[in-house]
Amino acid sequence: MSIHDYKGVFVFVQQVDNKVTSVSYELISKGKELAKELNTEVTAVLLGHKVEALCTKLAKYGADKIVVVDDPALEVYMTEPYTHAVSEVIKVHKPEIVLFGATAIGRDLAPRVSARLHTGLTADCTKLEIDPETKNLMMTRPAFGGNIMATILCPEHRPQMATVRPGVMQRVEIEGDAKADVEQFKLNDIAAHMNVEIAEIIKKTAGKMDIMDAKVLVSGGRGMGSPENFKLLEDLAAAFGGTISSSRACVDAGWVEKDRQVGQTGKTVRPNLYIACGISGAIQHLAGMEESEIIIAINKDPGAPIFEVADYGIVGDATKILPLLTEQIKKILDNK
Amino acid sequence: MLNIIVCIKQVPDTNEVKLDPVTGTLIREGVPSIINPDDKAGLEAALNLKDKHGAKVTVISMGPQQADLALREALAMGADEAILVTDRAFGGADTWATSSTLAAAIKKIDYDLIITGRQAIDGDTAQVGPQIAEHLGLANISYAEDIQVEGDTVVVHRQYEDRYHIIKAKMPCLITALTEMNKPRYMTPGGIFDAYREKKVTIWNRPDLDVLDSNIGLKGSPTRVFKSFTKAVKGKGTVVALDTQESVDFLIEKLQEKFIL
Repeated sequence: MSIHDYKGVFVFVQQVDNKVTSVSYELISKGKELAKELNTEVTAVLLGHKVEALCTKLAKYGADKIVVVDDPALEVYMTEPYTHAVSEVIKVHKPEIVLFGATAIGRDLAPRVSARLHTGLTADCTKLEIDPETKNLMMTRPAFGGNIMATILCPEHRPQMATVRPGVMQRVEIEGDAKADVEQFKLNDIAAHMNVEIAEIIKKTAGKMDIMDAKVLVSGGRGMGSPENFKLLEDLAAAFGGTISSSRACVDAGWVEKDRQVGQTGKTVRPNLYIACGISGAIQHLAGMEESEIIIAINKDPGAPIFEVADYGIVGDATKILPLLTEQIKKILDNK
Repeated sequence: MLNIIVCIKQVPDTNEVKLDPVTGTLIREGVPSIINPDDKAGLEAALNLKDKHGAKVTVISMGPQQADLALREALAMGADEAILVTDRAFGGADTWATSSTLAAAIKKIDYDLIITGRQAIDGDTAQVGPQIAEHLGLANISYAEDIQVEGDTVVVHRQYEDRYHIIKAKMPCLITALTEMNKPRYMTPGGIFDAYREKKVTIWNRPDLDVLDSNIGLKGSPTRVFKSFTKAVKGKGTVVALDTQESVDFLIEKLQEKFIL
């Protein structure tokens, strides 16, 4: 069969504890956009146990169809049973594109699926486009720690597969009634594919999140005035599900632990959002955070160097702005 | 005795990589090469298992002739054997063809356990480990923070975003290692001497591997680099001086524009 017989955009839906990971919604919305250009549909592939209730929301973000593989052996993510199920769905439905979130699970699952199906996989994409002439998927990703961007094609193999960074694509809700056709995909004996045993699952406490893993960092400097005011940073970080970090000055002053320090003698971070509060922005600090996707700076001094790298700068008092900002953000997120 | 294979990649030290301001390409000259950090942690884990249980540790690398240096370093740290898989025919490989080539090499050796790094700092794909496991039909356990061996079973702490799993698997299997797992030992003077005088790096070329031409090198690579470019330099952002409520409104508006809210 020719590669032109492959049709449709498929999105692997990641659920953990029967909660859909947000990147999956982002990919369904993006998949819908790509599908439109290809005159086809976007299908969500949902694996798990007793997950049918999650379908409504998948439709809300644009899924035209949903393929559900429901099995007790899929309740907790395990490489081989998931690889088996996803590969079988792909073999039967023959999509031209399959997208995964570039999460710990997606980056474990997608390589195995690509090796099994003998097709290409592009990791950690930040941009997906359809080549108007060839209709091939153009997948753009950073390499060399973000110094270089590369656009990758998978011209002769199908499906074209990519993992996509969380937080890069926009999720778009469908207006009005959204409905998707749900197909129960039957597979026998998935449990036979369980080749490892999960002896224990241990959840980490949110407070100990490594600043290098955080998608949102709310960072404080001397301009916060006192260690007590770091509570304001924590509140905002908690609203986003992120964590706090700091400049060197506050670590030296004993306001925060050393593991929170961003900069040349601390850690280099690259979150989706970095909010610098009361940080003037010494060159050593900038070296540790200037690669962040979006930088917001709040500082009383209009001449502070942090404003040179900020996407959005506010000349003002962070201790006054933060409580209001947190409150409003909470309101917006609660309504989602 | 336990046979452990550790896959390592020689990579440019990205902390040292600079871009040519005119051409925008990587300046590789004078940039030191290192063993990829995740791979080195995997090697250290293998050497720990050797210290504890007794094991034969074989390091294997696919790359140009210069990768000899990385393999010698591994030997000097305590690995027993080293294999360099090198040939022009393997060049231009993406992760699919790389994993297929390494799997073909590994098939020639006895093993109980294969350890690779999670990902290399030049490509950051994290694909080659799981793909080798797939080509060999083995279970893979990604993102290991700790590896213990109990009889014919490995017990691995696998890190996920907000949790970790304690996984048990029967050997043979493949594990991908995280840098955070350990602090790799230094080479010893005696080790360095042995690495160059007593031990050797075995070279395997294209004819040594039983693998189809269509599964190696550029020809065996489903993906193609269409173009590469340097990231556009960020323009200067917007700085505003407003009262408190207006500042909040401004930020909310921008966060919504950027789909963070």
